[in-house]
Amino acid sequence: SSGINAEYGIITVLSGKGGVGKSTTVAVLAGTLASSGLSVGVLDADLCGPSLSRMIGLKGSIHSCEQGWLPLSASVGKGRISAVSLSFLVENQDEAVIWRGPKKTAMIKQFLSDVCWGALDYLLIDTPPGTSDEHMTIMEAIPNCSVVLVTSPQAVAAADVLRQVTFCKKTNANVLGIIETMSGFVCPNCSDCGLLFGKGGGKRLAEYCNIEFLGYVPIDPNLSRLLDRGELFKNFQSSASIQSYTEITKKLIKP
Amino acid sequence: MIEPENVPDSCPGPSSEGAGQMDGCAGCPNKQACSTGQFRTDTSPAEVLASLQCVRNKIVVLSGKGGVGKSTVTAQIARGLAALDLSVGVVDVDVCGPSLARILGVNGQSVHKSAAGWSPVYTLDDIAVMSIDFLLSSEEDAVIWRGAKKNGMIKDFLSSVDWGELDYLVIDTPPGTSDEHLAIVSLLKQAKITGTVLVTTPQEVSLGDVRKEINFCRKLRLPVIGLVENMARYECPKCRTVSEIFPATSGGAQALADSEGMPLICSIPVCPQVGQSGDNGVEGLDIPTEYGILVEQVIRFCDG
Repeated sequence: SSGINAEYGIITVLSGKGGVGKSTTVAVLAGTLASSGLSVGVLDADLCGPSLSRMIGLKGSIHSCEQGWLPLSASVGKGRISAVSLSFLVENQDEAVIWRGPKKTAMIKQFLSDVCWGALDYLLIDTPPGTSDEHMTIMEAIPNCSVVLVTSPQAVAAADVLRQVTFCKKTNANVLGIIETMSGFVCPNCSDCGLLFGKGGGKRLAEYCNIEFLGYVPIDPNLSRLLDRGELFKNFQSSASIQSYTEITKKLIKP
Repeated sequence: MIEPENVPDSCPGPSSEGAGQMDGCAGCPNKQACSTGQFRTDTSPAEVLASLQCVRNKIVVLSGKGGVGKSTVTAQIARGLAALDLSVGVVDVDVCGPSLARILGVNGQSVHKSAAGWSPVYTLDDIAVMSIDFLLSSEEDAVIWRGAKKNGMIKDFLSSVDWGELDYLVIDTPPGTSDEHLAIVSLLKQAKITGTVLVTTPQEVSLGDVRKEINFCRKLRLPVIGLVENMARYECPKCRTVSEIFPATSGGAQALADSEGMPLICSIPVCPQVGQSGDNGVEGLDIPTEYGILVEQVIRFCDG
């Protein structure tokens, strides 16, 4: 039947700021959870820029059954990832999705209620930046939704995420913690750690808001490459960023 | 113009299709009136035209992808033009994530309204700025608005600000192809957008979204100045090794520019000083020279 049945819960990844690694976080968290034998659903609520499907290497058309839409899925390690994305519903991936708020709202409501996920251990929701139609729709549909916030170290990013914290308070979301991405780059030649975008902005934000700081994730060009090619799950080896996400996942998983 | 009062946050907008009849209208005291079209107004390209009649060139900075540096590029274009003694204004229509005020060092300031409209906030280098940042009482205030309400604010930014005479008005946008972008195009129908600058980073995940934005521009016949590739490479300050932070797996911005038949204006490296100065709202030293190339190209396009 359609609708969501996620044994351990639904986690929405929010930021407020664009380009900090929300989709990357969802992809790697999903991969980490699935690799350990769990069944993980991912729902891409970023309708204008649905990058997640590329990152997890899933493409194709969504099919429907009597009860609703069937997500696309793939085995990952001992587990499974199932996904829905607008990219599975459009023919031309380069065509702009020029939708106003109400149409986006309607699509997200369908993703939330008309997909036959089957039994999931977790459902992860990727979101676009901002605090608008998509975000309000998700929060209205999922009371007390668990949220993970992602920021890069810069003050400009943390400022947007601070507003997102206010959004979470107003919508009674359950904020599990803050992740600081793009936190340092280790030169492959001399191992000097360059703070391209600073460091610590996410940690300071977590302290200011009294929210758990989940950890730093360094800049990782290899991860970027794998995500670009949709080869993340074929090469889920232990690079610095994957290791950071593994530690973060341990903090998020219910015992 | 009479406007509905005590509207809920979920208001779809009195001029939207189905105004007064949508889920978000439940409980609103204006529900009946809206459903009869009492508050319906046309989006006002004519008002915007009148308001911007002394603004020579209107540039829109777009991406499709978040976090590629639209606001940074907008600020650098504005600063570069101002340094040439041109009169410049910037407006940030990313109402949920208004970064531009901080980058230009004017966040937290207030605007006041007179008969001539809102007065923009001026930076130290005389750039006129309008942003929702100036209307929020605290940096923790979230703008939790649906699309239609955002459109109303954008209309005010373009039609109710006393810009005075400007050589350039540069408009920063949020990522995507949604309400804000449609609002700008619609509102500037008569005043005319002079040119758009598209910003991307090298990786395919970014290019894919920017391809959509390019198609948006094509569909709506927006003039494109060109593509800017940001965060293209990083030079280690210690050993000078150059690394690709966001590796180009599909030819980077050059390949995209070639396939779309538009110029790649420049390819800008990651420069930590740019990020730091943006965070601190100051003009950076040692800004990549590529930004100068971008400013020259904008001027050349607008003058040509």
